[in-house]
Amino acid sequence: MRITATVNGEIMQADDVWEGESLLYLLRERMGLPGSKNACEQGECGSCTVYLEGALVCACLVAAGQAEGCSIGTVEGLASGAELHPVQEAFAEAGAVQCGFCTPGLLVAAHDLLTRHGQDQGQDRGQDRGQDRGQGPGQAGEPGRGRPSDPEIREALAGNLCRCTGYEQILAAVHLAADRMAADRMAGGAQ
Amino acid sequence: MEQEALFVDFIQPASWDEALSARAAVPGALPLAGGTDVMVEINFDARRPDALLDLTRIPELRAWAPDNGMIRLGAGVTYTRLIAELGGRLPGLAMAARTVGSPQIRNRGTVGGNLGAASPAGDCHPPLLAAGAEIEVASTAGTRRIPAGQFYTGVKQNALAPDELIAAILIPPATGPQQFSKVGTRNAMVIAVASFSICLDLASRTVGTGIGSAAPTPRPAADAGRFLAAALHDAGLWESAGELPEPIVAEFGRRVSAAARPIDDVRGTAAYRLHALAVMARRTLTWAWNEYRGGEYPASEYRKKGG
Repeated sequence: MRITATVNGEIMQADDVWEGESLLYLLRERMGLPGSKNACEQGECGSCTVYLEGALVCACLVAAGQAEGCSIGTVEGLASGAELHPVQEAFAEAGAVQCGFCTPGLLVAAHDLLTRHGQDQGQDRGQDRGQDRGQGPGQAGEPGRGRPSDPEIREALAGNLCRCTGYEQILAAVHLAADRMAADRMAGGAQ
Repeated sequence: MEQEALFVDFIQPASWDEALSARAAVPGALPLAGGTDVMVEINFDARRPDALLDLTRIPELRAWAPDNGMIRLGAGVTYTRLIAELGGRLPGLAMAARTVGSPQIRNRGTVGGNLGAASPAGDCHPPLLAAGAEIEVASTAGTRRIPAGQFYTGVKQNALAPDELIAAILIPPATGPQQFSKVGTRNAMVIAVASFSICLDLASRTVGTGIGSAAPTPRPAADAGRFLAAALHDAGLWESAGELPEPIVAEFGRRVSAAARPIDDVRGTAAYRLHALAVMARRTLTWAWNEYRGGEYPASEYRKKGG
């Protein structure tokens, strides 16, 4: 079958897609987007995490046909040209990357967490967050507006396995990114 | 993936009527919602259905609404939405939903899918049993409602006829404290080693229970529930909301454990599951009773919590 979807803002099409194929296979093997990684193929590891209609999902558990006509965001869509997203910069600077295989999924999951926190701060509203959003602010104590606490980060990244880092540097990277994104929002608050 | 030669048709109905017609016309079609079970089986080549019947484009399945004093939860409402929108009215089910998988899984997985898979370890089953939920199923011939206690018929087997689909789950809103507990190796991404849910129904002064992952099917601990309701009645505790005597708590735990028929498997031994169930029964009862005693639920007149 033919699948047409908007991937990272660009309309993309693939033909001869097998009906039992996953969105992950479609992205990697047919659309030339190998950033999302194929590891467990059972939703356990989060390496294939992407946005589907604004909601964080494991691409390996979405049938390609279910993505027909949908808006998909992958790790390739986080950077603006050569300019890395603050989440990507923070992962590199904090040493949150060792073998790197889990990194794309963690970047998208961290991006989702920090974007939601930014929106809860009362700015950046009006973006399409998709129909399955609706998670309110975390219940744990907030260390600062738009900045998630350690328990909130651990909960948000609970579906992403990393076998190298021990997660401490990943937590540090998310905090670093949260600080920078909050600062960016403050700087852009007058807009 | 060397799967291209294997044919699987993809059927994507846009309406409920269309879905029921497709279900009748293609008996070998496997219903697909969030994909968190079905796609694993397909990815691992464990299952090759004639067709996939994608139910994610049907608006009715994604809605919930009050219905004659119950909450009618569309089979396709995701766990994320259930937690965000119904945590107050369906606290036991929402607690179980919070323990499902990870954010990615909760964004896709649905209660309807949990019922369709009918795994003895499914997280929704104990709170559905404890709350006395009914499953609304439909075919082109009509609609019927199956009490949760009659829905699970065997390991990964349910009462659905081959031409039926799960439309919705009808759940009484909480009339008292509800609790859920689950044992696993970590907080996220865990298939229950054993689980338990309790509903104190202050309106009828009855106790609902549900056991997960400790018998061929999810099952209530009916004897334990009757024992506890009678013990609370005899001691005047429904009225007084007084301190729960330890022998009542201990006996409730023993009777919950006695209702289970667990096996040894990779996740745990039968003996461990029996022990864990007694512990979870005592803990969830204590949590629920403390909530009751905390005054959130006046003994004379229960109060519905907001959504």
